[in-house]
Amino acid sequence: MNLKTEEKNEILIIFVKEERLDAHNSNDLKGKMQELFEQGKKNILVDLTDVRFIDSSGLGALVSGFKNAISHQGSLKLASLQPQVKSMFELTRLHRVFEIFGSTAEAVENF
Amino acid sequence: MDKNEIEVDIKVPNQTRYLSLIGRIGEDIARELDRFDGDRDMLAYHINLVLTEAMVNAIKHANANDPDKMVHVYINITDQDLLIRVFDDGQGFNINSIPPPDFDQLEDRGRGIFIIKQLMDTVKYEKINGGNMLEMTKCLRCCA
Repeated sequence: MNLKTEEKNEILIIFVKEERLDAHNSNDLKGKMQELFEQGKKNILVDLTDVRFIDSSGLGALVSGFKNAISHQGSLKLASLQPQVKSMFELTRLHRVFEIFGSTAEAVENF
Repeated sequence: MDKNEIEVDIKVPNQTRYLSLIGRIGEDIARELDRFDGDRDMLAYHINLVLTEAMVNAIKHANANDPDKMVHVYINITDQDLLIRVFDDGQGFNINSIPPPDFDQLEDRGRGIFIIKQLMDTVKYEKINGGNMLEMTKCLRCCA
């Protein structure tokens, strides 16, 4: 899976450089977030600009990251969701769980 | 066969790397419907999604991740209706015994069948010819 990371103001930003976040690749993202929290990172932002499609496994990976954040006294937030990706969060009520921002810049200001 | 009817019958290895191929075929079909006057992009996404969820169900749960097995997908779509059947060779499961997700409990899993049931009008899973078939339909005309 193609993931690009960047650190800004002590926030680790993961850019998911894939068109699909699904059962084929979501374990890679789940593992990356787990690794970063275990390394001591506290604040992770996942940027989904390039993700056009997400399935229940992709949502599950993000839920796993969210739970990992809580257990490490950290936080996980999301930015730049395409409309149809956002609609999947609404369908599964996960928009009530995650803090979702319109852009990475906006999210970085709200940690 | 009606001239506006599209039928696709495809078998792929029991591996998640083929999810995008099948999903893309579903999306392309949605965009070819001449007379569909609803939100075509939304329909394309939903077909991609239910195909993906149904295939993952077959690959991981029914066929137990066995890469030597095959997943068989059948799609029939007209201006009125969408029919999808996904066949597997596994042990099967009782689709009615799967509870909807508990929205107050954050679980990593358990949203696939819920998503299918939310987006399709009928969903059934039954034994057929020594295997199982997940069949789902959606009325396109009445939902447009």
